[in-house]
Amino acid sequence: MTAFAVVRTQSLFATAMLSGVFSLLSALLLVTLDAVDVAFTEAAVGAGISTVLMLGTLALTSRFERPPSHSPVIPLFVVLVTGAALVYGTLDMPNFGDPNAPAQTHVAPDYIGRSPHEIDVPNIVTAILASYRGFDTLGETAVVFTAGVGVLLLISGLRRRRRKEKEDV
Amino acid sequence: MVEEAVRDWEFFLGHMNYWLFIVLMMTGFYIVVAKGNLVKKIVGLNIFQTSVFMFYISIGKVEGGTAPIFPVDMNIDPAVVYSNPLPHVLILTAIVVGVATTSLGLALIVRIREEYGSIEEDEILKIEKEIALQEIRLHSEVMGERG
Repeated sequence: MTAFAVVRTQSLFATAMLSGVFSLLSALLLVTLDAVDVAFTEAAVGAGISTVLMLGTLALTSRFERPPSHSPVIPLFVVLVTGAALVYGTLDMPNFGDPNAPAQTHVAPDYIGRSPHEIDVPNIVTAILASYRGFDTLGETAVVFTAGVGVLLLISGLRRRRRKEKEDV
Repeated sequence: MVEEAVRDWEFFLGHMNYWLFIVLMMTGFYIVVAKGNLVKKIVGLNIFQTSVFMFYISIGKVEGGTAPIFPVDMNIDPAVVYSNPLPHVLILTAIVVGVATTSLGLALIVRIREEYGSIEEDEILKIEKEIALQEIRLHSEVMGERG
């Protein structure tokens, strides 16, 4: 698993590349789980844009990580306890692929049954995304807009300050 | 006896996916907590996020189901089983929001690097401590003059 390689490696460049590989592999897994739309987005956004952003950051900062100064025992303990608690939580969950699981019997059949008559779009995911849960998508675009404004504010100051430094010299 | 063993085995296989995603999630969590480098922390956060996505999608999977897309001519065969499209929609939204937060985090890292000259957590803490001590010293000097 590439995730474990990310833990070990000290070169941040390799980390960025490995996270891209990780995204691509997870996209493959999503295809096998029938989520083609999600896999498409994950491959484009996770493997594409994230890696580019990561590389851009590395170009502006340093490329290597210093070895950690404190021992990894406490974090490891915290992580193991959390993982055990989560595994305990899954014991009550329905089996993988169970058609009678609560998640499958609540609103999903309704969406699948109604969207051909009401929306008439072949892709059910698109129909739900744009129509039934349109407010979610509106909120999402608001979040993306806010993040974009934030990034612009943080980065645009950078260029101005650099220019000022040059003028001072 | 045999029946029980079969049921146990089915339970084990049926929950294997959840456990694998939990292992992946905890790997990401470990990176976030244990690593000092800020870029590495963001990567760990991404791994954590992706494992949650896969967890959701695996909940939506139906045995023998296909991707939730109708035939183009909209002649729907009622016998075909579709996987649950709702988690797909939620995760689609979550992926985009995730990349937005990632980009914001990376922009913050660039700013931190500019301000402190480092992206290692302990170095930044050391610098911050020095700044705080300096401020306290300055403050006490000013107060002393007044007194």
